[in-house]
Amino acid sequence: MHSLIDFLLTYWVQLVCAVIIVAVLPLVAGYIVLMERKVMADMQARLGPMRVGPHGLLQPIADALKLLIKEDIIPDEADKAIFWVAPLISVTAGMLAMSTLAIGPWFQIADLNIGLLFIVGISALGIFGIVLGGWSSNSHYSLLGALRSAAQLVSYETAAGMAIVGALMLAGTLSTREIIATQNDYGVWFVFAAPVGFFIYVVASIAETNRAPFDLPEAESELVAGYMTEYSGFRWALYFLAEYTNMVVVASIATTLFLGGWLRPFAGTRAFNFLDFLPSVLLLGVAGYCFYRAPKQPVKIQKMVLAAVGAMIILVALILAAPLLAPAGSFVASMKAGLHGAFWFLLKVGLYIYLFMWLRFTFPRYRFDQLMRLGWQFLIPLSIVNVMGIGVALVLHRHFGWSHWTAFPLTTILTLAVAGLLAAAGEKQEKTHAIVGEEA
Amino acid sequence: MPSQYIPILIFAALAAAFPAVTLVLFRFIRPTPVAVGAKLKPYECGVEAEGDTRGRYSVRFYIVAILFVIFDVETTFLFPWAVLFSTRHEGFRLEPVYALASMFVFLGILIIGYVWLYRKGALEWV
Repeated sequence: MHSLIDFLLTYWVQLVCAVIIVAVLPLVAGYIVLMERKVMADMQARLGPMRVGPHGLLQPIADALKLLIKEDIIPDEADKAIFWVAPLISVTAGMLAMSTLAIGPWFQIADLNIGLLFIVGISALGIFGIVLGGWSSNSHYSLLGALRSAAQLVSYETAAGMAIVGALMLAGTLSTREIIATQNDYGVWFVFAAPVGFFIYVVASIAETNRAPFDLPEAESELVAGYMTEYSGFRWALYFLAEYTNMVVVASIATTLFLGGWLRPFAGTRAFNFLDFLPSVLLLGVAGYCFYRAPKQPVKIQKMVLAAVGAMIILVALILAAPLLAPAGSFVASMKAGLHGAFWFLLKVGLYIYLFMWLRFTFPRYRFDQLMRLGWQFLIPLSIVNVMGIGVALVLHRHFGWSHWTAFPLTTILTLAVAGLLAAAGEKQEKTHAIVGEEA
Repeated sequence: MPSQYIPILIFAALAAAFPAVTLVLFRFIRPTPVAVGAKLKPYECGVEAEGDTRGRYSVRFYIVAILFVIFDVETTFLFPWAVLFSTRHEGFRLEPVYALASMFVFLGILIIGYVWLYRKGALEWV
C-alpha cells in the first residue's frame, strides 16, 4: 500500500498525461474527421455536415455512438483470433507513439534520451495491424490492400527516416525536448535550415499514413476499401482511429523536428513579444463568430449549444491571456510556458493536418507504379543527397568557418539541383514506359 | 535509465486496454449478430469469391521487402552517427571532417549499389 502511494507521488504527472491522451485522442480523431469533412465541403463549395448540432459540431459523437452499437460481423472464413486482435495492434501502436512527444513543455509522458527513435520504431509497428487484418479477412481485396500498404510503408519509411536524420544532424540529440531547445538556441526552425528535408518528410508522411494522393491501400475505385473491406462497425472505427492517430503522430514529429515544436514564431526576438497575445485574439475571433452565428440557428437548443461553445472558447482565451496580464513573478504568470507552449504546438499540428487535407482534395490518386517510382527513384536518392548536403554545410560552418547564411543556402541550392536532375530522369523514364506500353 | 520507461509501460497498458475493453463491453449493448449466409462471406462485388486468397501474389512485393532491409539498415546506422556528429557533449562529438568523410564513404558504397539496382531495373514496378 505504502509503495503504491510512493509510486503515485512519483509518477502522477505522467499518469495524468497518459489518461488524458487515451481519453482525448479518440475525441480528437473524431473532430479531425469533422474538420476534414468541413474542409472538403468548403473546397467543393458545399456546406458539409450541418444537421447534428450547430454546424455539425456533434456529428463525431453521433457517429461514434452509431459505430459502437452496430452489428458485429466476423466473416465465416476469417481467421477469428487474428481478425479480432489486428485493429487493436494498429490503435495501440499509434497511441503509444504519442508517449515521448512533448506537447508543450509541461505535457509529456516520458522524456527518453532516444525519444525520436522510439517514436519512429513504435509507429512503424502499426503496419502489423494492417497486414494481419488484411490477411486474416480471407478476402482478395483485403489481402491486396494489406500488401500494398506494407509495400508503400516500407518504401517511404526509408525516405522519412533519412529526412529525420538530416534534422537530427542539426539537433545533435534524439530527445524531443532537447531538439526543440536546440531550435530555440539557434533562433531558427530547422525547416529553414533543411527545407528539402521537410519537403521529403511531408511527402513520405502522407504516404506512410495512407492518405490521398497515396491512399492506394484503400482505393475505393480499385479495392473496395482495401484492408478494411471485411471490417465493419466498431472494429472498422478502430482502424479509422489508428489512421487519424497516425496523422497526429506524424504531424507532431514534423512539428517537433522542423517547425520549432512549442516555440512561438520569433521566440527569441523581444520586438515580436506582442505575438504572445495572438492565441487569445485568435480564439476570441472564433468565439465572436460563434456568437454571431448563434441567433441564426434554426432550433432553440442549437442556439444554446453554439453560444455555449462560444463561451467555452472565451474561457480558454481568458486562460491563455491570464499569464500575460498577471504581474510578473506570480504563480499565474509562471504558467505561460506550459499553456502557450501547448497552444503553439497544437496550432502547428493542426496546420500540418490542414496541409494534408488540402493536398488530399487537390491531387488525383497516384497509380501504384508511379507511387513506387516516386518513392524509390526520387525521394530516396534525394534524401541521401539531402543528408550529404546538410553534412557539408555543417562542416563548412564548423571547420572552415563559413557563416550559416552562406553554407546552408549553397547546399540547399545544390540539393535542389539534384532534385531537378532526378525529376527529369523520372520524366524521361515515364515517357519510355508509356511508349513501350503503347507498342504492346 | 529503466525507470523512465515505467510511465511508458503504464501508457502502453492503457492504450491496449482502452480499445479492447470498449470492444468487449459494448457487446452487451450491441444487437446480437444474426447474420447468416451471404452476409458472412467475403465481399466480392456480389458474386462468389473465386480462387484461394492465401495463394500466390506478385514477386514485386518480395523485391520491395528485400530492398527495404538494405536501405532501412543504412538509415538505422545513420541515426547514432547523426547524433554524434553534432552532439552537445564535447567529449563525444566526432571530428567534423573525419565524420563527414566516413559518412560519404558509407553512403558512396550505398549509392554504387543503388545505381546498380537502377540499371538492373529492380526499382521499376512494371
